[in-house]
Amino acid sequence: MTTRWTRKDLLALRELSADEINFILETTDAFKQVGTREIKKVPSLRGKTLVNFFVEPSTRTRTSFELAALRLSADVINISANASSLTKGETLKDTARNLEALHADMFVLRHRSAGASQFLAKRLKASVINAGDGAHEHPTQGLLDLYTIREKRGKIRGLRVAIIGDILFSRVARSNIFGLLKLGAHVTLVGPSTLVPREFEKLGVAVSHKIDDVLPTADVVNLLRIQHERQRREYFPGVGEYIRLFGLTKERAKLLKPDCLVMHPGPINRGVEIDSEIADGLQSVILDQVTNGLAVRMAVLYLCGGIST
Amino acid sequence: MKQARQKTTDPAVQIMDATAIRRALRRIAHEIIERNPQLTHVVLAGIPSRGVEIAQRIAALIHDVKTIQVETGVIDVAMHRDDVGTRPELPIVRESKLPLPLEERTVIIVDDVLYTGRTVRAAMDAINSFGRPARIQLAVLIDRGHRELPIRPDYVGKNLPTSGTEKVRVRLEQTDREPDEVRLQKQ
Repeated sequence: MTTRWTRKDLLALRELSADEINFILETTDAFKQVGTREIKKVPSLRGKTLVNFFVEPSTRTRTSFELAALRLSADVINISANASSLTKGETLKDTARNLEALHADMFVLRHRSAGASQFLAKRLKASVINAGDGAHEHPTQGLLDLYTIREKRGKIRGLRVAIIGDILFSRVARSNIFGLLKLGAHVTLVGPSTLVPREFEKLGVAVSHKIDDVLPTADVVNLLRIQHERQRREYFPGVGEYIRLFGLTKERAKLLKPDCLVMHPGPINRGVEIDSEIADGLQSVILDQVTNGLAVRMAVLYLCGGIST
Repeated sequence: MKQARQKTTDPAVQIMDATAIRRALRRIAHEIIERNPQLTHVVLAGIPSRGVEIAQRIAALIHDVKTIQVETGVIDVAMHRDDVGTRPELPIVRESKLPLPLEERTVIIVDDVLYTGRTVRAAMDAINSFGRPARIQLAVLIDRGHRELPIRPDYVGKNLPTSGTEKVRVRLEQTDREPDEVRLQKQ
């Protein structure tokens, strides 16, 4: 392990090298173990202030970042969209600069516009962690998915990973695609042609519109949530038809190899992209993803917040 | 004679060779046996990287004498340091491994060089986050002085008076893939 971490920000997996990604995953091992101690708190970021700046609603990611920061002994402020001055017309930049003037050291930003965290990172001395920007990337979700696969299967290189569902609008899919390809997995995207256009093949992945062709050879299936709130009618075939064509139903799950991992970034639409029996079944690692998300975020906050700037 | 020759060719003076290191660790092993009648309650917790190897060697030496396998562990201090953000390079964090529960046990922190004492302080914090051991002791191969905290070792392989500008360079076979030795480098 000769790589050193030199970035103050984590904005996208696309810009990281395979070595940097592996370095984060190895650092995550150490922080995962902290969660099993009697005292689940270490002093690494004592005295630092972290602002959880969520301009788009989120419960699990915000909570996960908050707990990660608290376990590293940082002070945490949560700001949500409707509570912030953004509703009064203040720009993102002004809000952030005001918070920086209060000596905030780190920002975790969730924003509906792609590139929002990069915009802030360029303008602030503080660290910026992208917690999801529009349909662009959600790097810590990508990392926790990689970590979970590596933990359960012992490796990532050579595995066949199917990402199923709404790829077009999914930042989770993008972060997964970049991370998985860098670490040598084979990625197949599956979904209706409106949500999984062939253009994705340019990234180096396979595209399929027939889920039953892909399931029997997959080592990992990652089911993405159908984002009802983001859907426009013309993209989406309707829930009934979606379940029939792409849902991981109990019957369809019989096609999976016995050791295939079933993943979902949550929140789950039970009975839509995945049947309850499968989500709670033996192959499901959905709750491991949540546990690992905390460790991954501790690692990322430690690395980005710990470097001297 | 040999030392004098090395002085002229190499600015780093050899302080200990493999034999001297072995002898020092054997003495530490004996002292640990003497001071801890209940050896089954002892955990040798090495600080990565060389402390881990030294802990394993001491455990083997204790086994040679008493045929008791003393437990060993790893205590990572990186995330417990108080200087994160002030050093040019962030220390790499590793996983700690300690036998649990720690209550009733004597944890002996093992490291290669004792200097300011800040690493040991961080190690004690790390140990306390796993539980409350009956006692904590400290074993080091080299004590080079210059403490910045009220910390003193219980077992010392060699006391080495140094100046702040000198560097103590320890090499161990498994960790460094080089022959065992300790050198003092003038800078």
